[in-house]
Amino acid sequence: MSEPVLRVQDLTVHFSSDTGSLLQRRKRVLKAVDGVSFDLFAGETLGIVGESGSGKSTLARAILGLAKPNRGRVLWMGEDLTRLDAEELRLKRKEIQIVFQDPVASLNPRMTAGAIISEPLKTFYPHMEQLQIEERTRGMMKVVGLLPNQINRYPHEFSGGQCQRIGIARSLVLNPRLLICDEPVSALDVSIQAQIINLLRDLQKKLGLALIFIAHDLSVVKHISDRVMVVYMGRSMELAQKSALYRRPLHPYTNALMKSVPVPDPRLARKLRQDLWIKGDMPSPFNPPKGCVFHSRCPYVVKRCQLDVPALRRLEQGDWVACHRAEELDLSVGLAAVSA
Amino acid sequence: MSVLLEVEGLEVSFDTPDGQVTAVNGVDFKVQAGETLGIVGESGSGKSQLVLAIMGLLAENGKSKGSARFKGEELMGMTQRQLNSVRGKDIAMIFQDPMTSLNPFLTIERQMTEVAMHHQRMAHREARAHAVEMLRAVRIPDPEERIDQYPHEFSGGMRQRVMIAMGLLCAPALLIADEPSTALDVTVQAQITRLLGELRQKSQMAIILITHDLAVVADICDHLIVMYAGQVVESGTVDDIFYDPQHPYTRGLLDSVPRLDRPADTELHAIRGNPPNLLALPEGCVFRDRCDFAQDVCHFTPPLWRNSRGRSSRCILGLPGGEVVMPTQLSAPEAGARAKKEVGA
Repeated sequence: MSEPVLRVQDLTVHFSSDTGSLLQRRKRVLKAVDGVSFDLFAGETLGIVGESGSGKSTLARAILGLAKPNRGRVLWMGEDLTRLDAEELRLKRKEIQIVFQDPVASLNPRMTAGAIISEPLKTFYPHMEQLQIEERTRGMMKVVGLLPNQINRYPHEFSGGQCQRIGIARSLVLNPRLLICDEPVSALDVSIQAQIINLLRDLQKKLGLALIFIAHDLSVVKHISDRVMVVYMGRSMELAQKSALYRRPLHPYTNALMKSVPVPDPRLARKLRQDLWIKGDMPSPFNPPKGCVFHSRCPYVVKRCQLDVPALRRLEQGDWVACHRAEELDLSVGLAAVSA
Repeated sequence: MSVLLEVEGLEVSFDTPDGQVTAVNGVDFKVQAGETLGIVGESGSGKSQLVLAIMGLLAENGKSKGSARFKGEELMGMTQRQLNSVRGKDIAMIFQDPMTSLNPFLTIERQMTEVAMHHQRMAHREARAHAVEMLRAVRIPDPEERIDQYPHEFSGGMRQRVMIAMGLLCAPALLIADEPSTALDVTVQAQITRLLGELRQKSQMAIILITHDLAVVADICDHLIVMYAGQVVESGTVDDIFYDPQHPYTRGLLDSVPRLDRPADTELHAIRGNPPNLLALPEGCVFRDRCDFAQDVCHFTPPLWRNSRGRSSRCILGLPGGEVVMPTQLSAPEAGARAKKEVGA
């Protein structure tokens, strides 16, 4: 296999907040991202899935240099992005771009679609001719499924799905090599979600982009990813080839996420709802459980899980998991019911 | 079974600076006692405005027409005072966002006892005991202690449980839940849906569940109505809708749900185009512009079909075993003229 374009190694982002009374200040540390590592290859799509508060957006921001990591490295084509100064990092953004979650809030309401999409060109290529900029902008609009004659319209004249298309056009106009999509469809209606997922899938194939697709729902990433990483409380729980992960999840948390996906089939849904695969809510990130961070909600918990932190380790078939009991648990049974 | 809520010809419109917007355009449905009805539609389909109109909670620029009878009593046109004796007591409502629908300044106890003390004239101590009981029913751990906490001390899923507990305080005959799990994570969403399913089995309460995601309501509803641009385009039992969808919109909606039990390498089916602009609805069938089966005749208002089991579909494609209740109509003269021209050409 060729060299990965992106290597994230032991990436850690902590936030601290002050609590307590004025006289007794205490510092509390929130480990938003806690030692995450993965490789990404050219033309590959990695899905990152986790609940809110799992640190998946912070991870994306840390890769882009928008959040400062406390530890770890982000190697982009062999170069450590965390060591670059602001200007060097800015130039790297030609190659690494992001699409945000809220399609409406991430567009300036006072700029036209054309101005929004062409802004990166004007920033990075100040000497580019107006005619060329406009041509490229119109071309980009066509690529993402907008009509070039909508170039002078403002964001409020577009629907949510169209606004997300503008966001995608803006991030692709510089011909990046890596696109990070942070929950690009969660704010959209079901019928429009499918349009955007299909669009990203086509663009990825056509342009040979490396893609990181973040979502809170395993069903959404299924259609677009080659590999999937499941994160929980800032840690990577499982990193596996898509085909393996959806057939037989290795981590109980992956299993819980999978079983929680609503199924549009009443009989199957009734059957699936019968057993309990996850308990309670996510614990406070300021006070994570000792041992395995998932043990407080895990139905398969044993004594060891409360004491030892399971390391992310590689199993024989090549997939990664952070669970003491990964070999002995067979979580494929439950999923068989889903795929039957 | 007796009919609990009967809605007929309900219309909701808003005066906006851009003109009059019709959010709900002639909706009929019934809820039987103890039944769970799902109302499915995307943003702008009018599903929320529909129930807000029934509850008398429309925004100031909103107007409603038509009839909504609860246990035979007309709700439309009731004074606020009359409505206050129904709302919270006979009909309870829980809202989409559990973060903003609880008062952040008051403890859960204060917010919950108020309801029972007002509607059931309970003494404070009795109301508190009752509230603790309800919190236990929705599985809040340590309810005796947690009841004295403030909303910010609860997680999102817990807050939605508190909202549900609050809705259950007066043992309402009807609970209306407007996207109760949309703002929550999938794992918590599954827990809330399961909780609603259990409550439905244990009590005799009828539930109206509003959602934009068909998959969420699959296992807990008896009947479904599918709304698009202010109209009911299809209705039927859950099995009818999921296993034998008739209206092209329902089919499209079902196909666009990403599913774990389908092969991953298939392209997701998407409904093309964008949700309609309510200020400029197409003439004739409202779904026409996005429909794969659209024909010239769709420039006319489509016929409404209904079968003997109460199933309905609003489409020229018809309904097996159904009869036309409302025939195809010319929606506007110019629409007719245009359609004729196209047919001629």
